[in-house]
Amino acid sequence: MGKHFHMKVIVCVKQIPDPAVPGALDGSTNTLKRDGKLILDDSDAYGVEMALQLVDKAGGGEVNLVSMAPNGETAGLRTALAMGAAKGVLVSDPALQGSDALTTAKILAAAVQRLGGADLVIAATESSDGYTGTVPEQMAEVLGLPSVTFAKKVAVEGGSLKVDRQTEAGYDEVTCPLPALISVTAGVVEPRYPSFKGIMAAKSKPVEEVKASDLGVTPVGWDGAGQRITNVAQAEARQAGEIIEDDGEAFGKIVGFLESLKII
Amino acid sequence: MAINSIWVFAQSANGAPTSATLELLTKARSLTPNVSAFTGNGGADIAAALGEFGATKVFVAEHGPQLPGVAVATAMKAVIDGGESPDLIMFPQTYEGRDVMSRMSVKLDKTVLTNNVDIEDGGNGVTVTTPIFGGNTLVSTTFTGSGPYLAAFRPKSFPMESAGGSAAAVSNVQMPDLGTAGGALVDSVHVEASTGPKLDEADVVVSGGRGLGEANNYTLIEELAGILKGAPGASRAIVDAGWVPYSYQVGQTGKVVKPNIYIAAGISGATQHMVGMKGSKNIIAINKDKEAPIFGVADLGIVGDVHKVLPKLIEALRARG
Repeated sequence: MGKHFHMKVIVCVKQIPDPAVPGALDGSTNTLKRDGKLILDDSDAYGVEMALQLVDKAGGGEVNLVSMAPNGETAGLRTALAMGAAKGVLVSDPALQGSDALTTAKILAAAVQRLGGADLVIAATESSDGYTGTVPEQMAEVLGLPSVTFAKKVAVEGGSLKVDRQTEAGYDEVTCPLPALISVTAGVVEPRYPSFKGIMAAKSKPVEEVKASDLGVTPVGWDGAGQRITNVAQAEARQAGEIIEDDGEAFGKIVGFLESLKII
Repeated sequence: MAINSIWVFAQSANGAPTSATLELLTKARSLTPNVSAFTGNGGADIAAALGEFGATKVFVAEHGPQLPGVAVATAMKAVIDGGESPDLIMFPQTYEGRDVMSRMSVKLDKTVLTNNVDIEDGGNGVTVTTPIFGGNTLVSTTFTGSGPYLAAFRPKSFPMESAGGSAAAVSNVQMPDLGTAGGALVDSVHVEASTGPKLDEADVVVSGGRGLGEANNYTLIEELAGILKGAPGASRAIVDAGWVPYSYQVGQTGKVVKPNIYIAAGISGATQHMVGMKGSKNIIAINKDKEAPIFGVADLGIVGDVHKVLPKLIEALRARG
């Protein structure tokens, strides 16, 4: 690397209900319940780690965060700050209840602009609770940025990104000019554990809480969604079959089952 | 709003349309006779097959080395601005489909509904069905406002049936200037080689997960898949851990499989995984934890250690010759 490059990276982090607790729908609105304690989505820890490593390799810069969550929740953001991010913007607004992915993308893009933009915006390929998976590319379009989704290896060379992008058949090597947006797959880097010092420092790092109206995005929530949930039904349940404890001979059951289906 | 015209974002691999593309064309023509395909690179080469499955026209937007997301969406928008008015654009739930539909969603300022398995054009509007919580619950969502509606469907949601149609008429789309947003270029393409039947076409799939303990134990999965003439698969956890390539992944962000037999070894059954394999005809699960969700969908569940059960099973099957 030649001269030091001050690199600013903004990571989109989602704070989600603990995945260990089974998901549920809010009976009155038919949307995912997100009112319990929230944690940093595991998928986003990879993006935070990658941002920290890229800034480190560039020889300087900083990592900022944007997030959208109800009730001014910051627990997940604090985890990312403890890993080493410098500051964040949290969009928390009851009017955002029921927002679709497009509105979410507009909100997060506006939050990125509130932080003055970035050389690189990083998001996870999809969240662990909603699985919509369109928000990163929608944000890129709102921000007018080129993008590379499903990045599994990322480097910055001569002011451009070099990315190995996962495909159905293998991977593509892609070059992309900065500024840009990427979505990263889990496993792309090994997220660090926050140190005790990091956790203490995170408590005083700035998180600006804003409303949708502060960002100039309207309409939001139910009014903004071009969709209406009209029915929720139980799927035809698959009958669980025979469950047995292995006594050392259970493999024989499998052999018998395969025989009965004429596989062997 | 009734559907009078549909576009299907069509993809090809090795000079033929993907099965997900043909499934969408099959469904589309049951909703309206006015079905067009919209492709990126190489669309003219698959016009015959697209026509056979029901597309009367194919818009071809050649984009060279540029990633398809920005390019195809920009071309779609240009054709719409030029006077075409699809009521619905259907996308396969694939990487490229996801990129194109996301960009389109912003260009049209319309919501996009993803991960669907069905669509209905009824008296109350156009409604899509999405399974959530690993498929336990089906959510119906109706589009509001005017079209074009944007919807993505999981592979294998619809059967794939020829309509016996003649080749689709090719309409080449002049690619507009993509500006800085179109700056991402593919330098080289890498295909990861695999042997045996393809994961999403195999009659038998044997998948391994974190319960295998370590990467080396994945050979047990490959061995068993080999004996059963099936394909080896994997949970996201061990793909993320780098034990096997991504092309092995079964689940939400991997392949959707519907084999005759699915064997899940050391896989607990996260939502992410279940949506990719729940459609299998017969499911066998081996897992140490008897509370693992995978047992809820298994026809035969063995509560036990994969390190003990798999070697014995492999030995017994080998002994049969």
